[in-house]
Amino acid sequence: MAPDVTAVNSARAPLSRFLRWDVLVGILLVVVFIGGAAGSPEFANIDNLSFALGDLGEIALIALAMTLLVVAAEVDLSVASVLGLSSALVGNLWDAGWAIETIIPLVIVVGAVCGLVNGLLVTRLGLPSLAVTIGTLALYRGLALVVLGDRAIAEFPQTYVNLAVGDVPGTPIPYPVAVFAVLAVITAVLLHATGFGRALFAIGAQVEAAHFAGIRVKRIKLILFVVSGVVAAFAGVVYTLRYGSARADNGSGLELAVIAAVLLGGVDFDGGRGTLGGVIAGVLLIGLLRNLLMLNDVSTEIQSIVTGLLLVISVITPRLVAVARQRRRVPSPVVPTPPTT
Amino acid sequence: MTGAAEATAPHGPGTGDAPPVLALAGVSKSFGAVRALREVSLELRAGEAHALAGENGAGKSTLVKTLSGVHRPDSGQVLMDGQPVEFHKPADAQRHGVAVIYQEPTMFPDLSVAENIFIGRQPRASLGRIDRGEMRARAAELFARLGVALDPEQPARGLSIADQQLVEIAKALSRDARVLIMDEPTAALSGNEVARLFTVVKALREQGCALLFISHRLDEIFELCQQVTTLRDGAWIASEPVAGLTHEALIRRMVGRDLDTLYPKLDAVAGEVALKVHRLTREGVFTDVSFEVRRGEIVALAGLVGAGRSEVARAVFGVDRWDAGWVEVNGRRLPPASPTAAMSAGVALVPEDRRQQGLVMDQSIERNIGLTGLKGLRRGPVISRAAERDRARDWAIRLQLKFNRLSDAVNVLSGGNQQKVVLAKWLSTRPQVLIIDEPTRGIDVGTKAEVHRVLSELASDGMAVLMISSELPEVLGMADRVLVMQEGRLVADIPRADATEESVMTAATGRAS
Repeated sequence: MAPDVTAVNSARAPLSRFLRWDVLVGILLVVVFIGGAAGSPEFANIDNLSFALGDLGEIALIALAMTLLVVAAEVDLSVASVLGLSSALVGNLWDAGWAIETIIPLVIVVGAVCGLVNGLLVTRLGLPSLAVTIGTLALYRGLALVVLGDRAIAEFPQTYVNLAVGDVPGTPIPYPVAVFAVLAVITAVLLHATGFGRALFAIGAQVEAAHFAGIRVKRIKLILFVVSGVVAAFAGVVYTLRYGSARADNGSGLELAVIAAVLLGGVDFDGGRGTLGGVIAGVLLIGLLRNLLMLNDVSTEIQSIVTGLLLVISVITPRLVAVARQRRRVPSPVVPTPPTT
Repeated sequence: MTGAAEATAPHGPGTGDAPPVLALAGVSKSFGAVRALREVSLELRAGEAHALAGENGAGKSTLVKTLSGVHRPDSGQVLMDGQPVEFHKPADAQRHGVAVIYQEPTMFPDLSVAENIFIGRQPRASLGRIDRGEMRARAAELFARLGVALDPEQPARGLSIADQQLVEIAKALSRDARVLIMDEPTAALSGNEVARLFTVVKALREQGCALLFISHRLDEIFELCQQVTTLRDGAWIASEPVAGLTHEALIRRMVGRDLDTLYPKLDAVAGEVALKVHRLTREGVFTDVSFEVRRGEIVALAGLVGAGRSEVARAVFGVDRWDAGWVEVNGRRLPPASPTAAMSAGVALVPEDRRQQGLVMDQSIERNIGLTGLKGLRRGPVISRAAERDRARDWAIRLQLKFNRLSDAVNVLSGGNQQKVVLAKWLSTRPQVLIIDEPTRGIDVGTKAEVHRVLSELASDGMAVLMISSELPEVLGMADRVLVMQEGRLVADIPRADATEESVMTAATGRAS
């Protein structure tokens, strides 16, 4: 008598396994690389690629923390401002004669506090992170200006500058990129192979079900915001040393490139979906495109337009694909609403 | 096939000659592989109240949604005055004079009662301004016709559910509705409110309205209706006059077998107290709730929708806070508002809303089952996929889950199988206290029996089970004791031997049912 329910199953077309978004981005990356190499002789040499990678360092680092947040259906738009605040503090304190060894941990702590403020506003007051971090985006940048004004502090000791711009001995890999590689592996394991990662996906996909399953949703979100602040502050140190210049407006607008990379990498802005591999491909893709545009003397305005377009396209395309798929399925089998009375 | 019966209706002037106002002829509707309606026919006549009977999941709501233009039938016809019509959307049905009154109407809380009635069709004065005076007068006139005292100027916020239903009925009247469909209107009403509703509805019936009435309370069907159509598992079973039918005969039509075999509660010896709830209070939600559940016992928590049953369960499990009182599991107090602590103390909660609370719908069967026991799946710092899969497979087999691959998302499963995944997810934590909220809501009769069998076995193995259910047969068939809540308070503790539909409903509503 019971309705036949065994057959309710979408036999997934084998092709759609290859059509995963993050795989597509990986393929696109290869295409851009080959195209770039063919079109511009300066592109595919080791020095340029090493520079391109190094130039990506801050975006790549921040994108790791951002991925965790977006998977959990939150976002942190204040990262570039935290980077700026961190840079301003480094400049101010260095100017005041502090040692770099003291400055760095202190700046990291300030980053943690910035993240904590974001996290508390989101988890304790239940405010949407989009709104909260737009507010703190302005707030932290404002603080950076208070700390350093419009001064630019330069002349950092060469040993530290070398750490930011130099390569790991015997390789063409800049130190920040090496740090990124290590953190990326850790993040990938964390996201895809640990209970913490499982919890993040559950929170992002269905926060109520996660709460009912005993997952400490608020605590985890708070941790993510703190991590995001810490990483942004660390990226601020790297940025400052790499350019050899501490300014309050360092890195402004960087959050857009980070979010573009994360979404381009196939992380669903609504949370619950995404892979770190996709994000890394997204970061590299954005980096290569920026590098190519730069090599071809395209103005920064156009570069900004390209970043913006990528952001919009990466949000729109998966939706369009989903809608198209939905249309193809005749009587939508996905949601067999049980008849309830 | 109906209507020809001579004995039909004391109130049925329309029976016989004129075609039915609204009818379904051989309507079928499927959702994926779930066949919600199979060749169902139904005839609603002017001046007649028609009851729709059937268990949860029998297809009643789908039928209502088909009549009201929410769903379109896969095959078969909807007929108005004998003519086929197609309702593409609810507005089409409304235009044809079909109105639905839901159990809990949705209103615009900040608008006045009159504005709610005339929303989208406000009477106009010059320059297209809304004529408030006219609107108020017409609302007052409608209430006078219904014989109820409601202020048209009052904001809808704060109206009782009963008053909201009356506003909806007034709205239906203002649209000259000829067919009024009422989907469990009395589930959340008190005795006086039901009486008032029935007075209004009987008056409408006598004015020539055709009524379709859905209720789980059989007495109400016998009081109000002339005809009854019974559905079971989506299939049409019978349409017949109410007169001459007994409660038992109607239940047999609905269930299709004897109740005793449907609810196979094994006898179990109640052991020591596993869950003790003492004077638990959450302000404005429930007050001073105390009870115990022993090992081996299935205790049902019964009551009307909104009596505070699920809220008590949520507080005990720590999803919500409580303001006063305490909860003890195996003699140890639980900290408030911590599901994590409740879980490590051995409590599991199978929540009411499996799509929002029970499952992560987009994720796979194995991930959903693993989510409650991530620590146990760890090998070193990482989760072992093999362990995750093994656990899921174990439980899928034990609960006879029907699935293709464990990596399939749970949203492709039927409601009954989804419920089994939720059960697996919680049983895999090896709980000592299982709280299960509406264990069989919206699942088919076959799976239902399996869920009941599982619960019964768990209790026999010494688990303490607290079951919340709005289905009286389930409560009566499964429970060793029945606790009854009314308006946030525990009002009765009835042992199995004394628990009857009457005793439970009397306690739940504070009236003789």
